[in-house]
Amino acid sequence: MTFELFIFYVFSAVTLFSAVGVVTARNPVYAALFLILAFFTSAATWVLLEAEFLGVVLVLVYVGAVMVLFLFVIMMLDINIDTLKEGFTRYMPIGILVAVAVAAEMILVMKSKTFDRPIPEAAPLDSSNTEAIGEILYTEYVYPFEIAAVILVVAIIAAIALTLRRREGVKKQDQGAQIRTRKEDRLRIVKMKTEAKQGER
Amino acid sequence: MFMSFTTATLIPMQFAIPDFAPAIPEIFLLAGTCLVLLVDLFLKDSNRYITYLLSQTVLLITAYLVISGINDVSMAEALQTTGKASLTTFSEMFVLDPMSQVLKVSILLITVGVFVYSRPYLKTRQMFKGEYFTLGMFAVLGMMIMVSAKTMLVIYLGLELLSLAMYAMVAFRRNDGRASEAGMKYFVLGAIASGMLLYGMSIIYGVTGSLHLDHIDSFMMGHNVMTNMGLLLGLSFVLVGLGFKLGVVPFHMWVPDVYDGSPTAVTLFLGTAPKIAAFAMMFRLLVEGLDEMLLGWQQILSLLAALSLFIGNVVAIAQTNIKRMLAYSTISHMGFVLLGILAGTEVGYASSMFYIITYSIVAMGAFGIIILLSRDGYEADRLIDLQGLSSRHPWYAFMMMLFLFSMAGVPPTVGFYAKLSVLKAVVGAEVVWLAVFAVVMSVIGAYYYLRAIKLMYFDQPDEFVGDEELLVPAKSGFDFKLLLSVNGLSVLALGILPGALMSLCVLAVEASL
Repeated sequence: MTFELFIFYVFSAVTLFSAVGVVTARNPVYAALFLILAFFTSAATWVLLEAEFLGVVLVLVYVGAVMVLFLFVIMMLDINIDTLKEGFTRYMPIGILVAVAVAAEMILVMKSKTFDRPIPEAAPLDSSNTEAIGEILYTEYVYPFEIAAVILVVAIIAAIALTLRRREGVKKQDQGAQIRTRKEDRLRIVKMKTEAKQGER
Repeated sequence: MFMSFTTATLIPMQFAIPDFAPAIPEIFLLAGTCLVLLVDLFLKDSNRYITYLLSQTVLLITAYLVISGINDVSMAEALQTTGKASLTTFSEMFVLDPMSQVLKVSILLITVGVFVYSRPYLKTRQMFKGEYFTLGMFAVLGMMIMVSAKTMLVIYLGLELLSLAMYAMVAFRRNDGRASEAGMKYFVLGAIASGMLLYGMSIIYGVTGSLHLDHIDSFMMGHNVMTNMGLLLGLSFVLVGLGFKLGVVPFHMWVPDVYDGSPTAVTLFLGTAPKIAAFAMMFRLLVEGLDEMLLGWQQILSLLAALSLFIGNVVAIAQTNIKRMLAYSTISHMGFVLLGILAGTEVGYASSMFYIITYSIVAMGAFGIIILLSRDGYEADRLIDLQGLSSRHPWYAFMMMLFLFSMAGVPPTVGFYAKLSVLKAVVGAEVVWLAVFAVVMSVIGAYYYLRAIKLMYFDQPDEFVGDEELLVPAKSGFDFKLLLSVNGLSVLALGILPGALMSLCVLAVEASL
C-alpha cells in the first residue's frame, strides 16, 4: 500500500463516519458539525485527485459560508427534536425496505464492473487545475454556466418575493425625512426672563 | 474524473466563438425579462399594467423570433452535411430543430394566454405584482432551454430554472396557509425528484463517459445495454425523476395538493406550459439519448401509464373540487402521453406530442373558466359552482362543455382525435392490452366529465346554492372573453381539422430522429 493510498483510505473512512454521524446525531448542531467534517475530508480527497481548486472552493464556500449560515439558522430555530423523531418507528419498516432495496441495487452495480473505464493519466506537475477549469468553463461550458447564473438570479428574485414585506406601523428610520429636517422642526427657542442671582439684592 | 479536466483540455486558443443565431429567441427572452424586472421596480402599483403589457410583448416577439429563426440556408446546409434538419451550437449543447420550434412556439403562446387569463384574478386579489410575470418568464426560459437541450447537464439546468420559478409562484400568496403548504410540498418533493434524476444521470455519465445525448446513444450502440446493471440503474432513476416531474402514478402525490393549494392563476400556469417542457425532456432523454434501452423503458412506462390511467380516472370521480378533479384528470392524461412514447415508433412520438400540445390548450381553457367564475374572496372551485351555468352564462357554459368533452375524448373535439391517434400508435406497436385498458379507463373517466356537464345544463342554479353572488354575471375584460372564445372554438376546430397540427408534429419528430 502506497502512502497515497493510505491517506485516501483514512480520509474516506472519516468521510463515511461523519456522513453517518450527520443522520444519526441527535443534536442538530452536532449533525451540522459532522457535515462540516464530511466536507473537509471530501475536500482532502479532491486534493488527492489533483483537483486542488475544487477542494479549496469546497472548504471556502461550503464550510466557510453555507455551513456557518446553517449553524446560525439551527441555533435560531430552537428545533424540538422529540417532535422531529415522532412517527420514526411507524415509518421505519418502509424506510428499511427502501434502504435495503437501494443498497442491494448499488452493490449489484458495483459488482457488475460497469464502471471499468480506463483511468486517465495523471497530469504533469506544472499543470494548473484552476486554469484548466477556467478555460473549459468559459469556452466549452459557457452555455450551462450562463444558465446557472440565471438560476441564481431567479433564486434572488424568489427569495425577495417570498420574504419582503412592507408592513404598516413599523418603527424604522426614514432617512429621507431625517435629512430633509429643518432647524425649526427640532429646535424650540424659549424666551425666558433673566433671573437674578440669589443674595444679590 | 477530475483529472480529465487537466489532461484533455489544456489546449488553449482553439476555441471559436459559438454561433449565437440559433439561440436568439432565448437570448432575447432573457434580456427582455431582465428589462421587465428593472422597469417594474420604478412603477407605482397603479401603473402595474405596463409590466403586464411589456411581458406580453416580450413573449410575443420571442415567439416571432422562434418562428422566423429558421434560416433556410443554414438549415439546408445542416441537412446536407449531417442528414438532419437541426442546428447545434454552444459546443453542441444547444439544438434547434423543427420539434423544438413547434414546442417553443406552443409554450410561448400558451403562456401569453395564461397571462391574459390570470390578470383579472391577480388584480382582484392584490397579487398583481411584477414578480408573477418575471418569474413566469424565467420559467418559460427554463422550458425553452429544456426543449433545446442536447446534453443532460443542460436538461437538468433548464429543469431547475423552471422548477425554482414555479416553487416561488406556488407559494406566491404568502398569507394563505394552503398556498404555503402547497409550495412547501412542491419544493420538497421536487427537490427529491431532481436529486433522483441527477443521480440517474450521473450513473449514466459514469458508464458512458459523456453527458451528450448523441454520444450516449452511439456508446450504447456498441454495447449490450440490457445486461448492463449500471445503465439499468441509471435508467430507473432517470425514470423516477421524469415520473415525478410529469406527475404520473406512483409519483403523483404532489399533483392534487399543489393544484388545489396554489392560487388558480398559478395552477393555470403549472398545468399547461410546463407539461409541454416535461414532454420534451422525456423525448430528449429517452428517445434521443437512451433509445437503445427502448425495451427497458417501454416496460417501466407501460406500468406507469396503466397505473396513471387507473388511479387518475377512478380517484377523480370522488372529487368535489374542480381543481382537484382536474389534477387527477391531468394524471390520467399524462398516462396517455406515456402511451404514445412507449409505442416506440415515430407515429407514437408524434401523436404524443400532438396530445400534450392540445391537452395544454384544453386545460388552459378549463382553468380560465374557473377564474372567470370566481371573484374576490370567493373561489369558484367547487363542482357545485358550475351548477346551472348554462342559464347564467350560456356561452361560457358552451365553452366549458367543449373543454370537458375534449378531456373526455368526445368527438368532434380535439381530445377525441388526440386519444385516437395515441391508441392507434399503441395498437401499431402491438401492445393491444394497454390500448384496451386505456379505452376502458377513458370510459370510466367520461363519467366525471359528463357529471360536470350535467350540472351545468340540467340543474338549476337556485336549487342548492342559493348564493346571490353566483347569479351576478361574471365581470371580465374584453381580451379575456375574446381569448376564451378563441380557445374554446380552437378546441372544436382542431378536432374537426386536426391534419395541419398533426402533420406538423409528424414532420417535427421525423426531422429530429
